[in-house]
Amino acid sequence: MDINKDFPLTGFRRANGRVGIRNHVLILSVDDISNAAVEGVANLIRGTVALPHPYGRLQYGADLELTFKTLIGTGRNPNVAAVIVIGIEPKWTDYIVKGIAETGKPVAGFSIERYGDLKTIEMASRKAKEFVQYATELPRVPVKWNEILVSAKCGESDTTSGLASNPTIGRVFERLEKLGNTLIFGETTEVTGAEDKIMEQCYTPEVAAQFKAAFDNYQEQVESQGVSLLGTQPTEGNIRGGLSTIEEKALGNVEKMGGCKVVSFLEPAEEPKIPGLHFMDSSSAAAEMVTLCCAAGAVLHLFATGQGNIIGNKIEPVIKLSANPLTVETMSEHIDVDITGLLRFDYNLDGAADRTMEVMAHTINGRLTNAETLHHDEFVITKLYRSA
Amino acid sequence: MKKGVLLHEASDDVGVAVIDLKVGDEIGVVTLEGKDIKQIKLVSDVPLGHKVAMQDLPLNKHIIEYGRAIGYAAAPIAAGEHVHVHNIKSLRWAASKSKIFEK
Repeated sequence: MDINKDFPLTGFRRANGRVGIRNHVLILSVDDISNAAVEGVANLIRGTVALPHPYGRLQYGADLELTFKTLIGTGRNPNVAAVIVIGIEPKWTDYIVKGIAETGKPVAGFSIERYGDLKTIEMASRKAKEFVQYATELPRVPVKWNEILVSAKCGESDTTSGLASNPTIGRVFERLEKLGNTLIFGETTEVTGAEDKIMEQCYTPEVAAQFKAAFDNYQEQVESQGVSLLGTQPTEGNIRGGLSTIEEKALGNVEKMGGCKVVSFLEPAEEPKIPGLHFMDSSSAAAEMVTLCCAAGAVLHLFATGQGNIIGNKIEPVIKLSANPLTVETMSEHIDVDITGLLRFDYNLDGAADRTMEVMAHTINGRLTNAETLHHDEFVITKLYRSA
Repeated sequence: MKKGVLLHEASDDVGVAVIDLKVGDEIGVVTLEGKDIKQIKLVSDVPLGHKVAMQDLPLNKHIIEYGRAIGYAAAPIAAGEHVHVHNIKSLRWAASKSKIFEK
């Protein structure tokens, strides 16, 4: 079977060669106090997407660096055609603009000091209008499956996650790895009990050591708060659902890897540089993790859920899979891929992966996901510590 | 034959019930790849989503699921028996205290 023939894809090829599956004109806040101007522009100009957020002032060190990386990475994401950046002052605004401009896409920065909101909104809106007209003329072109950067995570997990939806993502990842795709997973906190499995699947001892260092660092951080992860996992709800030990829960989570090798360890929001599966150091909170994947350049996210996490992302479409019949029935507007048939023996893991890839093809080609239609536009910056 | 248990790996010690299973049920065990493995006779009730032993599992044996140890048997477990927190324990959780882990 030739998947590029059976499920032909189209996308937007950007100036740097990377492929996007959406064509957003982004209006990006550098800082919290510029949100009003950002939303002002987005309200005026059709076809723009506002990205307000609550941070960006008086941050310092690694925390500031991660916020910058997240903002720049989101602007660089191939699902974005062009970007307007608005900040209170020119220095940080220019820094964000330069980081995005490296990709060759149109980007313009505006700072509010010396102009005020209204003048800034007018200037930025004129530019945004130009960018929208530029973007709406860009054609979809044929692209290959292995040009789609895919990320994955699970949330509101239950026994059906480890049994069906995570293994289904694992099977999809195995197929994409063979095609030469770049893939991202992570959730440093949630893999406790299966970290040895991840290390065994690392391509080199160096990658395994980097992963282990981040894992240990996170464990220490949790323990410094006087909490034991071992004592809290699995949760009461997990146990009611049939999970017995922390190892079992974690092994169900990392089924998303399938048999793929982990080719590199990524810092949060770091862009992968080679094809293959990458582990990104990340929180397990759904919106934070998907925001980091998006900033790393992922254009499509696979999200496995048991009890029904409803996460979406403004820039990176999120496809949700579930094998829990009750969730699929009661929350149908959120679930894109129903794989309950795997638990009814209607089809096997390959059948579930086929169904998932069919939905992926439709999504890549432009069909909106459930989360996109429902305005699930979560954009959550990971904050490392409090600001000055 | 009624199917009702899924196995991650054909060689796993435990499978997962995908329907509520009752004592005395004779149930087909199938892998995620769709391969029929065996038939198992239930010796206790096993609710949907919970695990059932594929064979007799002696005390202290590492319990294999996903092809890996998810814990150890804290009591002898019979084939067809419900496997859960009452008869298996984490290897991690007990790591600092248990001699099992050191073996």
